[in-house]
Amino acid sequence: MTAESAILLSLITPVAGAVLIILAARINDNAREAATLTTAVALIYSVWSLLPVLYSGGRPAVRVAEVLPGIDIAFKVEPLGMLFAALASGLWLVNSLYSIGYMRGNKEKNQTRFYVMFAISLAATMGIAFSANLFTLFLFYEMLTLSTYPLVSHKGDAKTVRSARVYLGILISASIGLFLPAIIWTYSVAGTGDFTSGGILSGKMSGPEVGLLLGLFVFGAAKAAVMPVHRWLPAAMVAPTPVSALLHAVAVVKAGVFTITKVIVYIFGVDFLFSEPSGSWLFYAAAFTIVAASIVALKQQNLKRLLAYSTIAQLSYVVMAAAILKPLAEIGAAIHMVAHAFGKITLFFAAGAIYTVSKKTELHQLRGIGRRMPVTMTAFTIGALSMIGVPPTGGFVSKWFILAGAFQSDNYMALATIIASTVLNAAYFLPIIYLAWFQKENVPPPREHGEAPFAAVLALSITAALTIAFFLFNGPVLELEEQLVRGMTP
Amino acid sequence: MINLETHLPALQVLVPMLLAPLVILLRPRGLAWAATAAVSLMAFAIAVSLTMGVMGGGLYSYEMGSWPAPYGIALQVDAFSVLVLLVITAASSIALLACKSSLDSEIEATRQPLFYAAWLLVVAGLCGIVVAADAFNIFVFMEISSLASYVLVAGGPDRRALPAVFKYLIMGTIGATFYLIGIGLIYMMTGTLNLADMELRIHEVADQRPILVAAGFITIGLALKAAVFPLHVWLPNAYTYAPNAVTVFLAACATKVALYVLMRFDFVVFQQNLVGHEIQFAAFLMPLAVLAILIGSAVAIFEPNLKRLFAYSSVAQIGYILLGASLVSMMGLTAGIIHIFNHALAKGAIFLAVACLATRLTHLNFKHLAGAARQMPWTMGALVLGGLSLIGVPGTAGFISKWYLVMAALERGPLGVFLILVIIAGSLMALVYIWRIVETAYFQAPGAQVNAQISGEAPLPMLVITWLTALSSLYFGLVPSVPLWLSSAAAESLLGHLR
Repeated sequence: MTAESAILLSLITPVAGAVLIILAARINDNAREAATLTTAVALIYSVWSLLPVLYSGGRPAVRVAEVLPGIDIAFKVEPLGMLFAALASGLWLVNSLYSIGYMRGNKEKNQTRFYVMFAISLAATMGIAFSANLFTLFLFYEMLTLSTYPLVSHKGDAKTVRSARVYLGILISASIGLFLPAIIWTYSVAGTGDFTSGGILSGKMSGPEVGLLLGLFVFGAAKAAVMPVHRWLPAAMVAPTPVSALLHAVAVVKAGVFTITKVIVYIFGVDFLFSEPSGSWLFYAAAFTIVAASIVALKQQNLKRLLAYSTIAQLSYVVMAAAILKPLAEIGAAIHMVAHAFGKITLFFAAGAIYTVSKKTELHQLRGIGRRMPVTMTAFTIGALSMIGVPPTGGFVSKWFILAGAFQSDNYMALATIIASTVLNAAYFLPIIYLAWFQKENVPPPREHGEAPFAAVLALSITAALTIAFFLFNGPVLELEEQLVRGMTP
Repeated sequence: MINLETHLPALQVLVPMLLAPLVILLRPRGLAWAATAAVSLMAFAIAVSLTMGVMGGGLYSYEMGSWPAPYGIALQVDAFSVLVLLVITAASSIALLACKSSLDSEIEATRQPLFYAAWLLVVAGLCGIVVAADAFNIFVFMEISSLASYVLVAGGPDRRALPAVFKYLIMGTIGATFYLIGIGLIYMMTGTLNLADMELRIHEVADQRPILVAAGFITIGLALKAAVFPLHVWLPNAYTYAPNAVTVFLAACATKVALYVLMRFDFVVFQQNLVGHEIQFAAFLMPLAVLAILIGSAVAIFEPNLKRLFAYSSVAQIGYILLGASLVSMMGLTAGIIHIFNHALAKGAIFLAVACLATRLTHLNFKHLAGAARQMPWTMGALVLGGLSLIGVPGTAGFISKWYLVMAALERGPLGVFLILVIIAGSLMALVYIWRIVETAYFQAPGAQVNAQISGEAPLPMLVITWLTALSSLYFGLVPSVPLWLSSAAAESLLGHLR
C-alpha cells in the first residue's frame, strides 16, 4: 500500500465502516459491534502503516481536488498530524471495546446511531490530522463539530438538548465568527493556506495584526477550550461517557490544540512568532486558563464536570507549551497531547464504569468504592497521578519537556504556572483517591455491585497500562516529534 | 439547412412562449403538467447548449428576422446571460418535476391548463429579459413574466394570496413603470433603445439632467422588482401564500433576473458614462445591501411561519448579491453573480423540502413542525443541507460565494473589515434560524393538539428531486468550476465596459 493510498484509506475506512455498521445492525447487535471493531482495526492498520514513512523523514502528500484557484482539498502527513492520527485511531479501538461494555451495561437506546456517528467523527478527525492546508482543516473541523453533535445530544431529554445546544452554539459560532475570518485573512495576506515548515506569514505581516490574527485562530479553534470559549466542554459532559472519553479527552479537544499548534508551527512559524511581540499574549491567556480552570475544578462536585475542567486546564498546557516558542517546549506540547490522552481517557473510562454499575456521579458518593471496584479505581489513580505529573506516569514526561522548554527561554512564569497547577491538580484529585481507598462506605449502594462489565474493565486497564508504558517507552514518540522542531532556533 | 445553434437565443424564448397557448388546450388530467414539464426541460436543454457554446468561447448575437440593430430586435447571450438562463430553466424544471402531487392538490384540475400556460409565460418572459439586448424588449418581457407570475402566485387555494398578489401587482407595476419612464427619458435623449447603442450615444448627453433622472428611475424600478431592501415588502407574503411549487420556482429566479438587468444597465450604460456613477452606485446600494442582510436575517429569526422565514432569508441573500455588485471589483462582481447561482440551488432545495413537508403537515409553522424529523428524516435532511449552504459552511455552494465576497471586501481596507463583520453576522443569524428549525424538527416531541400522525415521508419523486438539488448544492461547493468560470467571465465583461 503506497503512502498516498494509505492516507486516502484512512479517511475512507471510517466512512465505509459507518455504512457497514448500519448494515450489520440489521443482522444483530453483535454483528454491529463486530463491524465497529473491524473498522477500528482497519483504521489502525492504514494509519500506522504511515509511521515507517514518517520516521525515515518522508512527508507523503496527496491532492484530492481543487475547489477554487489556490484552494484545494489536500492532505500531507507530518510528525504532529501523524501523532494525532495514530493516537486517535489507536484509542478508537480501545474506546469501542469500552463503548460495548458501557452502552450495553446502561441499556442505552439508539446504539446504532451512536456507533455510526462515532465512525464519522473518526473520519473527520483523520481529515483534520492529515490536512495539508487551512481550508481542508476547516472543512473537517466543521464536520467534526456536526458529527459529534448527535453523540453529545444522545440521551435526547430536555436538559441534554439544552447543553448540546450550548456545545454546538459555541463551537460553530467561534468557527464561523473567528476561525473562518482568520483563515480568509491568512489566504489573502499570504496567498496560500498550505502548512509549510517555517510558516507562511513571515515577511507578509507584522505588528499588532499578528497578535490579532493569532487571537482569531486561538479563540476560533474553540475546541482547544482556551478561556473564554471553554464553556462547551462542561456542557458536553451530558454525553454518554464513551463520547466524553474519546471525543472530549482525545479527538475533539486534541483537534483544537492540534489546530493551534499546527497554526503556530506551520502558518506563523515559531521563529517568526517569537520575534513578534504582539503574539506574546497567548502565553498569558493559556497560563490563566490553566490556573483558572484548575481552581474551578476544585469546586466541582460532579465527577465528569471536574474531569471536564481538568481537561480545559490540561489543554492549555499544550497551548502554553506551544506559546513558549522554543523547540523543547514544542516537543513537550506534542507529547502532552499523548500523555493527557492516555491519562484522561482512563479517568473517563473509570467514571463511566462507576456510573454503569452504581449510577453514582458525585464525588461524595465515591466513598470506599475502591474496595468494590479495585481495578477501576487503580486505573483512576494512575490516571490522576498522570494528570498531576508524578512518575511513573506519562504526564511526568510531558511536564519535563515543557519545563525544559520554559528554562530554555528563561520563562519563570511558565515554571510558576506549572507548579501552581500541579499543586491544584493534586488538591482536587488526591481527595478523591483518598475517599475511594481509605474511607469506608457509609451508605450502601442501591444495589450490590462489583466491577464494571468486562469490556469496560479491559479497556480501562489497557489505557492505564499505556499511561505507565508511555513513561517507560516514549522514545519512538520523541524521535518523531524531534523531526517537528528541526530547523527551529533553540 | 437551418443551423439550429445560431437560433438558440431566439428559441430559448420562443419555445416556452409559443407552446404556452397550446398548453391551454390540454384538458385531460395531468397532460398539461406533462407538457409544461417537457417544455421546461427543453428550455433547460437549450440553456445548457447555450452554456456550452459560451464556454467554448462564444458570444451569441442574434438579430430577429435579420433586421440589423439598432433598428431590429437584437438578442445577446454571454456568460452572465447563460448563468441566469440556467438558473431560470433549471428552477422551473425542478419545481415542475418535483411538485406534481403538490400542484395537483393545490390547483383545481379545471384550472390547471391555464395555470401551466401562465407558468410557461413566466419562463418565456424571464428568459426573454435575459437574452434581450435592448431596453424596451426587456420591459415587454418583464411585463409578460410579471403578469403571468401574478397568476401563478394567486393560483393556490389560500385566500390570503389575493391581497398578497395585489400588493405584488401594485409594487411590480410601479417598478415596471419607473423602468419605462427611465428608458423613455433615455430614448428622448439618445434616440435609441438598444443597449450597446445606448452605451455609445449616452456619452454625449451624459451630464444632462434627464439622463441622471433616468438612471434614478431605472435603478429604483429595478430595485423594486428585485426586492431590494426597503422595497422588498411585497416578497414575504407573495412567497408565503403562493402554491409551494411556485415558491420554489420564483424564489430561485424571479428577483435575480431584475438584479441581472440592474447590473447590466448600470455597468453597460451608466457607469462609464456618468461621472462618478460607480461611487454613487456603490454608495446607494451598499448600505441597502447591508441593511437587507442584517434586517432580513434578523426578522427571519423571529418568524413562526416556515415559508415566510425563508422569504425573509431570501431578502438577506439578495443583499449578499447586491453587496458583491456594489463593490465594483472583479472579486466582488464574481461573488455577487455566483451567488445568484448558489442561492438558487440552496433556496430551491429548501423550498422543495418545505413543499415536501407541506404534503404531510397541515400548517407550515413551528408548532406543527415539532418532531417532524422522526417521520420525515429525508425531507429534514435535505432542508438542513440547504440550510448549511445558506449559512455558508465550507463544502457547500454558499461558502464559495461568501469566500469571494470576503476576499473582495478585504480589498477595501477599513470599510472591508466592517463589511466582513456584516457578512459574518449574516452567517451567524442564518445559523440561528436554521438551528431553530433543526431543534424543533429533531428534538421536540410532536404537540398533542396538532395532527401528530404524520403519515410517513413525502412522495418519492419529490424526495428524489429535493435531494438531487440539495446534493448539487454540495457538488457545486466542492467543484464550482463551471459557475465560477461563468461568473468570472461575466464580471470581466461587465467591468470591461468601464473603460
